[in-house]
Parts: sequence; structure tokens; C-alpha cells
Amino acid sequence: MAGGSRSVSLTFEENPVDIARLQRKSEEQWWIQPYGKMRVPAVIFATEALIRDMDEKVYEQATNVAMLPGIVKASYVMPDAHWGYGFPIGGVAAFDAKEGGVISAGGVGFDISCGVRTLLTGLTLDQVQAKKEPLADALFHQIPAGVGSRGKLSLNEKEMNAMLTGGAKWAVERGYGMREDLERVEEGGCMPGAHPHEVSDRAKKRQREEMGTLGSGNHYLEVQHVAKIVDRDIAAAFGVSQGNIVLSIHCGSRGLGHQIGTEFLTRMAAAASQYGIDLPDRELACAPINSPVGEAYLGAMRGAINCALANRQIITYLVREAFSEIFPHAVLPLLYDVSHNTCKVEEHAVDGKKMQLFVHRKGATRAFGPGHETVPELFREVGQPVLIGGTMGTASYILAGTNQGMDLAFGSACHGAGRSMSRHQALRQWRGAEVVQNLASHGVLIRSRSMRGVAEEAPGAYKDVSAVVEAADHAGLARTVARLEPVICIKG
Amino acid sequence: MPECRWELLPHGADIGVRGVGRSKAEAFEQAAVALTAVITEPASVSPNECVEITCEATDDELLLVNWLNALIYEMATRRMLFARYEVRIDGNSLFANAWGEPIDENKHELGVEVKGATCTELKVARDQDGGWIAQCVVDV
Repeated sequence: MAGGSRSVSLTFEENPVDIARLQRKSEEQWWIQPYGKMRVPAVIFATEALIRDMDEKVYEQATNVAMLPGIVKASYVMPDAHWGYGFPIGGVAAFDAKEGGVISAGGVGFDISCGVRTLLTGLTLDQVQAKKEPLADALFHQIPAGVGSRGKLSLNEKEMNAMLTGGAKWAVERGYGMREDLERVEEGGCMPGAHPHEVSDRAKKRQREEMGTLGSGNHYLEVQHVAKIVDRDIAAAFGVSQGNIVLSIHCGSRGLGHQIGTEFLTRMAAAASQYGIDLPDRELACAPINSPVGEAYLGAMRGAINCALANRQIITYLVREAFSEIFPHAVLPLLYDVSHNTCKVEEHAVDGKKMQLFVHRKGATRAFGPGHETVPELFREVGQPVLIGGTMGTASYILAGTNQGMDLAFGSACHGAGRSMSRHQALRQWRGAEVVQNLASHGVLIRSRSMRGVAEEAPGAYKDVSAVVEAADHAGLARTVARLEPVICIKG
Repeated sequence: MPECRWELLPHGADIGVRGVGRSKAEAFEQAAVALTAVITEPASVSPNECVEITCEATDDELLLVNWLNALIYEMATRRMLFARYEVRIDGNSLFANAWGEPIDENKHELGVEVKGATCTELKVARDQDGGWIAQCVVDV
């Protein structure tokens, strides 16, 4: 697409990954042995078909990450990976602070703690089918979504700081949800170590009217039915049964996270050379964990994690309000809440030794296995729920963390389908109204303020989420539990 | 000398914005039009209100990132879209006027909001024709 007086068609160069440069260790594991300035190998988890679909830039970015100081074991790439900024989206990397390890804003992403939260409804598909239109309208009416939408509450300075420190716990204390919700959120709904004073006034101002909003782009709220149970025992532990209705929310830390991401990306770009870090590309901007910039980012980023947790908690409250209008007796307990853009301090066994590491997951979901002490007791026997968002026309999945995954990639799995086509290609190919009509004929009801947004998010613009999930499962990163198919989708 | 223009470049999940102009300032103005085009059709935005923007950076490339981020911030907090830009660059400082109007979902066909500008594919340089190019990937 070009504007102005002259039409041109310059693009970034797009080439697929050169598969000959990869060493295949197993069906779903491909290694790039260290060369040049790489300190550790890069490991891609994917099938051959998914690899052939990845851009060469994924290879380049994964190897660049392997050059960063203090990186431990390897730079990992999940099956849904695509070209990001600095780190690939679908990238996982852990750093040791004692070895000069770094923290990177580009390794977390701008939408800090973007994630998926799934609620159980206890309703069946038949019950919801009978009230589909009014339920879609009620949800669409209750939950602010799309470019420029405003939330229903506005926070003053004191409440903003309380939210940044308290996360979903703050939201529950203000009446947005139930105390039981919190044990089903990572970190118990409250990320410790947040420093509101490290969050700029601009970030706070950008968030002031965005609490409890969904956002736009690939963010959504979806009513889904459980189409298939793959692992009966784990599904039972998660409270998921065939034919039942669940509801999933995909969104993040809104303007606050975006502003923190942008501010620290440029701050780190300016600071890296000052710390003597030799960056292969300035887009890898990072700072030592133990440096003033690194510590400031950690304090601010943890505040943004709390902002995302609070945001999804408020949306949960709004969802329950909407459901109660249509199904007055429905109770919507939380299944789980996962974040897929974070950096968290975790203990991992490396060569038989326990190490405290700063694990970056950018477009990757934490997938801790059975017995891990941070997995809520409710699920500790089976591993944590791993919630994977698909497209509005295909499917989403519930997986569970595995012990094997703890060794493979610090307990991490994929996060979604991943785009296969740019937004503008999608706009050229589809009209929003046609996408809505086509999905309606397949039983999926779409509500959105933006037909352009719907066209950009057309299911055909994404990779096959089933192939991604299958690859993650076969690689051992996580175990497939259930397949969810959309019934109603509210798009931002 | 090339005529000024803007382009959007495909980039998997995100989008690249590129401005081309006879001067660096003009390339920055055009990159900003491309930024608007990520969100909506620039021609649908009326230049009714003017917002003054200033920013600075240690080099031209980070100045482009800061300029786009300043616009993203103004759009988000004022809930506005911009159609026309006037940029003056003096050393490491940028002074600009951006004209636009409040977001109106009945008038503007809205796509995706922009989260921030990145250092990926970041380039501010002279092109072969003697003009200027200013580009980077923005996260959506």
C-alpha cells in the first residue's frame, strides 16, 4: 500500500529460514550450534512445515539473542515464532545476573504481560445457542473494545499506584471479582517487586482511562465450546468437559505497558554501549540486570504485569455482569490466567545445579510441569494450564505443562497461532463484512466496531493453530488437554 | 529529487512505516502519515485542531523513534487522529505541528492501534535519488 503522489512497492526482504543451516536433533527440535559471537546454541521447536514458513529473520534474531551477555543454556524459539523486534515473537531466553546477565525491553515486548484468561461457565452449548444474540450484545455492550475506547473507571494518582503494586488482588479488593479468583492467576494475581515510582507520568496518563478495556488488533473476548477432550484426566482436574461453554479473554497492560516498553527500549538502546555491551543490532537494546536502568525497568515492568492482571480481572467482572443479564444463575469461576510477554525470576535446574534466572518469554507461555511449587495446589499434580489463543474462525487450545518442558525450554510453550500474512495483505484479500458473514454461516457470531479490524484479523491471515499446538505437544513442551471452538467473538 | 511519499511495509505481526522526502524533515512528516495509515485512512481525517510536539534524541534514528512515539502518545491520551504534519529539525531537536481531530468511529474506519515505534529496520538516511528515507517497524 502506498500513498502520496507515486505508487511504489518496496518491501522488507522476506526469505524463508534456510533449513540447511539447522541441525535436526529430533522430529521437532532444530539446533543452531554457536558460531561467531554466539555464547550458546539457538534451538527451534517446530515441525519442518512450520520451519519452512518462518522468516529468515527468526533465525537471525534467535542467533542474535544467543550473543547477549549472561545467557544460559540456549536461545529458544517456540513453534509459532515469527519475526519481532530484537527478540523473535515466540522467543525464550534466561539470563544469570551473577554472570553479567541482561534484561531487555524488546525481549518482553511492548504489551507487557499480555495474556489469556479463561473462565468456566457451567453452561452447555445448547443453552448458549438459544441465547447467542442477546449474550453477544450484552458482552459487546459491557466490554469497551477497539481503537480509542475508554474504560468505565478512571484512576487518580493514589489508586494508580495501588493498582500497579496490587494487580488483580487490588481489583478484587475494589469489588471486581472474587477472592477465589486470585489463586488461579500466576503469582496469585499480584506480582511482587513492582515500583510505581519507576513508571513514568506519561505511562500513567496513557493508562488513566484504559482500565478494563480490551484494546484492538489480535485482542479479543471469546465464548467458546469445548469441542474435543484430548486428555480426560487433566481436563477433569481443570474442570473442563466436552460440550461445555468457556469464555476466554486475550488482552494485556494497555497504554501503560506500551509506554513503558517504548521508553525503556530507547533508554536501553542509549545505555547498552555505556555498559560495554556489544550489540549485533541496536534493536536488541538491553541493560545489565544489576544496573540502574535494568533495575528501573524491572520495577516498572512488574508494575505493568500488575496492570495487565488488574485489567483482565476488571474485564472478568464485566463479563460476569453481562452473563448475569442473560443467565441470572450462571457462576463463572476462573480456570486460569497466563501471561505470555514477561520477564520473571525463576529457579531452574541447569546441569544438575539450581540457578536463579531472569526468564524472558516474548510471545511464549509459561508451562510449568506437575509438582512445581508455583503451580496452584489445585493443579499441582497435573501441571499448570497453558492457554493458547487461536483465531476467531478456527480454534483455541488448553494444554498442561510437563516436566520434560522444564528441561527443554525452562518450562515454556507457544502462545497462539502467529500471523502468516501481513495486515495489509489481509485487507486486500478480505472485506470485514464478508468475514463476519462467512463466520456466521459457520456458527460464529462476531461483534466489532471495526470492519477493517475484522478484515485484518481474518482467520486466513494466521498459521494453523492446530499445527502449532501439535508441534508443541510432540516436542514435549506441553500436553494437549482440550480443543475449544468459537461461538461468539468480541473483537477489539 | 524524489517526490515525497509514504509507504507501509509488511512485517508479519507488525507493520513497517516509511517516509520519503526531499529533506529529512519531510521524510519524518511522511513517516507520520504512514503511522496514521496503520490506524485509519489518512484522507478521512480532517486537520481541524493543531497539537504542538517537540522531542529530542542523541541521533537521527532515535529522533525518528521518539517522534513517532510522541505522536502515538498524543493520539492515545487525546484520543485523536492526525492528518497533516509540519516538522522542523534543528540538530538533535524536532519541533512539529500535527493537525487532526478526535476519533469518530462513524467517520473513521479504524484498524489497529499502534503500541509503539521500535528500533527494528530503523533507518534515517539519504537515498540514491538524493532524497531522505525515514523508516522503522511499529508494534501493533
